[in-house]
Amino acid sequence: MSLLEVSDLRVSFPTADGVVRAVRGVSFNVDTGRTLGIVGESGSGKTVLTQTLLGLAPGGQVSGRAMFDGTDLLALRPDQLRKVRGAEIAVIFQDPLTSLHPLYKVGWQIVEMIRSHDKSVSRKQAAERAVELLARVGIPQPRQRVSDYPHQFSGGMRQRAMIAMALALTPRLIIADEPTTALDATVQAQILELLMDLQQESRTALIMITHDLGVVADIADEVLVMYAGRAAEKAGKHDIFYAPHHPYTKGLLESIPNSSAAGDRLRPITGQPPSLINLPPGCAFHPRCAYVMDRCLTEEPALAAVGADGEHRSACWLPVAAAGTAGDAEAIRRRAVEQNRHEAAARIAAAIAAAPESEGSAIA
Amino acid sequence: MSETLPSDAATAGHGGSGEELIRVDSLVKHFPVRGGGLISRTVAQVQAVDGVSLTIGRGQTIGLVGETGCGKSTLARCIAGLIPVTSGTVTFEGTDITNLSRRRMQPYRREIQMIFQDPYGSLNPRRRVGAIIGDPFAVHKTASGAERKRAVQELMERVGLNPEHYNRYPAEFSGGQRQRIGVARALALRPKLIICDEPVSALDVSIQAQVLNLLADLQQDYGLSYLFIAHDLEVVRHVSDSVVVMYLGRVAEAGPRDPVYDAPRHPYTNALLSAAPAADPDAAARRQRIILSGDVPSPINPPGGCRFHPRCPKAQDLCGQQVPPLEVKAGDPAAHVTACHFPVQAGEVLASSGSTGGQTR
Amino acid sequence: MSISEIQFQAQTVEETGAAAGIEGRSQWWLTWRRLRHDKMAMISLAVIIAMAVIAIVAPAFAGLTGHAPNTVYPNQGLSQSGGPVGPGTHGFLLGTDELGRDIFVRIIYGARVSLFVGIITTVIGTTAGVSMGLITGYLGGWVDAVLARIIDAVLAFPYVVLALSLAVVLGPSLPVVIAVISFFSWAAISRVVRGQALSIKEREYIEAARSLGAGPWRIMFIDMLPNLIAPVLVLATLSIPAAITFEATLDYLGLGVQPPTATWGNILAGAQAYYSVAWWYLVFPALALVITTIAFNLLGDGVRDAMDPRTERIFAAGRARKRRKQAAAVSSGGPTTDPAAPSAPTA
Repeated sequence: MSLLEVSDLRVSFPTADGVVRAVRGVSFNVDTGRTLGIVGESGSGKTVLTQTLLGLAPGGQVSGRAMFDGTDLLALRPDQLRKVRGAEIAVIFQDPLTSLHPLYKVGWQIVEMIRSHDKSVSRKQAAERAVELLARVGIPQPRQRVSDYPHQFSGGMRQRAMIAMALALTPRLIIADEPTTALDATVQAQILELLMDLQQESRTALIMITHDLGVVADIADEVLVMYAGRAAEKAGKHDIFYAPHHPYTKGLLESIPNSSAAGDRLRPITGQPPSLINLPPGCAFHPRCAYVMDRCLTEEPALAAVGADGEHRSACWLPVAAAGTAGDAEAIRRRAVEQNRHEAAARIAAAIAAAPESEGSAIA
Repeated sequence: MSETLPSDAATAGHGGSGEELIRVDSLVKHFPVRGGGLISRTVAQVQAVDGVSLTIGRGQTIGLVGETGCGKSTLARCIAGLIPVTSGTVTFEGTDITNLSRRRMQPYRREIQMIFQDPYGSLNPRRRVGAIIGDPFAVHKTASGAERKRAVQELMERVGLNPEHYNRYPAEFSGGQRQRIGVARALALRPKLIICDEPVSALDVSIQAQVLNLLADLQQDYGLSYLFIAHDLEVVRHVSDSVVVMYLGRVAEAGPRDPVYDAPRHPYTNALLSAAPAADPDAAARRQRIILSGDVPSPINPPGGCRFHPRCPKAQDLCGQQVPPLEVKAGDPAAHVTACHFPVQAGEVLASSGSTGGQTR
Repeated sequence: MSISEIQFQAQTVEETGAAAGIEGRSQWWLTWRRLRHDKMAMISLAVIIAMAVIAIVAPAFAGLTGHAPNTVYPNQGLSQSGGPVGPGTHGFLLGTDELGRDIFVRIIYGARVSLFVGIITTVIGTTAGVSMGLITGYLGGWVDAVLARIIDAVLAFPYVVLALSLAVVLGPSLPVVIAVISFFSWAAISRVVRGQALSIKEREYIEAARSLGAGPWRIMFIDMLPNLIAPVLVLATLSIPAAITFEATLDYLGLGVQPPTATWGNILAGAQAYYSVAWWYLVFPALALVITTIAFNLLGDGVRDAMDPRTERIFAAGRARKRRKQAAAVSSGGPTTDPAAPSAPTA
C-alpha cells in the first residue's frame, strides 16, 4: 500500500460565470521515499489538486478519495485535517513570504509550529529544535538567525526557512508547490539539492509541483503530466522524457529550447490551453493536437497502459506503440492518424497545420 | 572601476553584418539610497551597474544573462534612455545619446524600442488594443485616423493576432497573445533595436516557443537587432549570437555564444550553466553541479576586488584585492573575454565552494 | 491553479463571452452588468432619476397643483388662527408653511437647487481634484511637496468660517455657495487620486509609454486617467450627497441662497419655529433631503462594488458556501459530490 493513494479526485468551483472544473478525475499514488513530479502549465489544475488534499482550496466541490496511510483526507473534518497538516503532511509554497508571518521572528514561528502540534514540548526544547532545523537546511549562524524577521532573509534563505518549518514535525509527506520558481538558477540548484538530501536522509515522500520540466528531470522518480484538469500521461521519469506517448507531453518537451537545436526554429504547441469553464468535448487537447483523430472529438480517453510494465500510462487514443520521439514511433502515429481522420478532425488538423505559430484564432 | 571591452567583443557573431549599431561604454548607474527623517539625504549608493561596456551589431542578438540584482534590467533601461546614466556613454550609430532631454531623445526612441517581461503589467488594462498598438504612431505623430488603424491592423496580423480584435481590451487576451501585443507595439515604428527584458519568462513553455519563433521571424524580416535579457540560459542560448554574463553590476564574461557556453572561463558562468535545469534526466544525473554557497551580496556594499570572490570556489587572496580586468584569456577566440584572475581551464572540475561568506542580511 | 487563477478563468469567459463579439466589452459594460444585479443600487438609481425628473419639470408639477413656489395663499393656505394647514387640506398635498406657501411645490423647487449644486460642485471639485492629484502624484518632487501641503491645509480648514467670511464680504448667493462647496470637495478627491497615481506610475505600462517617448501630459491624461475612473466615479457619486447636505446646511445657517428662494435648507430653517405646531413643515423637506442623500450613498456603494469584481466573486463564493452547507445538511455531512461532473472513467 502506498503512503498516499488518490483516486478519481474531482474539484470544481462554482463562480458567477459557470462552474470552473479545475480537477476532473485524477488518480495517483506516492510511496515513502519517492518523489512524484506533477507537471502542467498554468490552469492545468496541478495546484488545486494538492491544495484540495490539504483542505486549502475553499469553495471547491470535491469528490473522490485520498487515502493517506489508511485515512481518507477528503472525509476529515477541518480540525482533524489541521492536525494532519504540518505533522504528517507539510507544504512548501512558491512564495515563502506569503506563508511566513512578516511580524514574527522566524524562530518563534518554528517554535509555535512545533508547540501547536505537541504541547508537551517545552518552549526551550522547541527553540533548541528550531536552531537545529535552521542549521540542517543550511542557514549559517542559525543561533543568531532564529531571532531575525522574515524580511531580513534573502529569497533563498526564506525558502530554506520554509523548508525548516516543513521539517519541524518530521512529516511523512512533503508537498512542494513550485518551490524554486521565484528563485535564481544557482539558488534553485541549492534548494533542489537540499530537498534531495533531506529526502534521502529521512525517507519522506515528496510531491513536487512545477511547470519546469528541468526540475522534474532532476528530482522526480515518477511524473504526472496534467492538462486541463486531467492526467495526460503518467510514467517513470525516463519514459516521460525519452518515450512520451501523449502528444501534449511530446509537445511540451519539443517546445523547450534545447542546446542541440540552438538557433533553429522551435516547435511550439499551437493555440492555448482551454478555459476550464468551457472545455472542448472529447479529449480536451484535441483543438491543439497535430495528431487529432475522429474519436478525439467526441470521446475523452482515459489513462491506459502503454508500456510493457503497466507503469507508463497515457490518456490518448493513439496506438499503444506510438511512444517515443524516434522515427518509428512517428510512423506509427502517422499511420494511425491517416486511417482515423475524416471530415471534422481533418479540418482541425488542417487549421493547426496552416497556422502552426498563431494562437490568435483560438479565441475567436 | 570601469572595465572596457575590446572594441569588437560581443559583436562577432553568427548573424548580422557586424556593423556597429549601438555601443555602451563604461556605463555606470548608481541609485542613491535616501535616509529617513525630515531632510532626506543620500546615505548610500546602490551600485546597480558598475562599468559595463558592450556593442550590438546590426541584425544581431546579444543575450544578457545574470541573476536577480545583477543589474541587467537597469542596464537595459539606461540604454533605452528611461533612466539617467550616472556616467559612461551610450552611442547609437555614432551619435552620443547619453542623458538626452526627452525632446532630443525623441528621434532615437523610434529606433530603440522595448518589450517588457510582464504581459499583464505592460499593457494598460483600460485601453483598447488598437489604441495601445497605435500609441507609437500617436506619440510620434506619424499616422492618424484610418491610416493609423490600417497600420495597427497590419501589425496585429504580422504578430499573429486577429486584426478584428482591434477594439478589445488586454484582459480579453491570453498571456501569449498579450506578449504579441507588446511585440506589435515595439515594432510599430520599425525600430533598429528592440530591447527584450525577459520577454518570455512569464509564459508557459509551449507559449514561450511561439513567441520566440515570432521574434526570430521578425528579426529576419526587418533586420532587427535584439538585446535579449533573460535568466533562462537555454532560451538565451537559443536566440543569441553573443552572450554577456553579468554578476553584481559587472560583466563576468562575454563573447560569441558557442565559446561561452561550451568552454566558459569564469567560475560564475560555470556555476550558472551547471545549475540550469535541463529537461533530460540522464544529463541531469551525469552533470556535476557546482553549488554556490550563500546569496548574491547586496549591491549597496559589494565585495572589493572581484565581486564574485566570496562565493567563488577558486577564490584566492588576490581576488579580494584586485579587480580582474575583462580580457581575452589564453586560447580563447578574440571576442571571448573573461574577468577572472584564475580562469577555469578545460577539463577542470570545480568543487562546490565551502566558504560561508557572502550571506546577505 | 490558485483561486486568483480561477477568477481569471471566470473573467476570461465572462469577457470573451459566449457571443465573443468583435467589439471589446468595455469596463462600463461589465460594471453595468454587475450593477444591474444590485437591487439596492437599482432602487437608489430609480429614486435619483425620479428626483431629477421632478426637479427638471418642477414648473409642470407646480402647474398641476396650481400653486407657485413663492406665492403666499393666505386664504386657503392658512388656518383660521393664521397657522399653516396640514397635508391634504385645500389641495395642499404636503401642507403649507407659516405664510401659506405650498410646501410640496417648494420642496420640488428646492430639489432643483439641491441637485444643481450637488452636481455642479462635484463636477468642479472632481475635475480640479483629479487634475491636482494626477499632477502631484505623477510629477512628485517639490511640486508634490507643495501641493500636498496645500491639500492638507484645505482639509484642515474650518469651512463654516470660510463660508461665513465670504458671505459677509461678497454677500450670500448661489455662486458663493458653489464656490465654497467646490473648494472643499476637491482636496479629498485629489488626495485619493494622488495615492492611486503614485502606485499607477510605477506600473510597467507607464514605463512602456515612456519608452515610446510619451510626454508627461499624455501619460497623465491618456495612460493614467482611464485607470483612475473607477475610484473617481465612486468618490464623485459619494460627494454629491455630501454637497447637497453642505448646501442645505449653508442655507439653514443663512449663509447660502437667500429666502424667499425655495431650497431645502431654507425650508428647514423656516420650519424651526413652527414644527411643534406643524410637523409636516419639518418632516417633508427633511425626508426629501434624507432620501436623496441615502439614494446617492447607496448608489455609490453599488458602483464601488460593481467596479471591483472581487466583491462579486466573494458574494458568489459565499452563496456557493451556503448552498454547500445546505446540501451537506441534507446528505448528512461529508464532502458533497458534484452532480455536474462527467462520469468519464479514469484509471
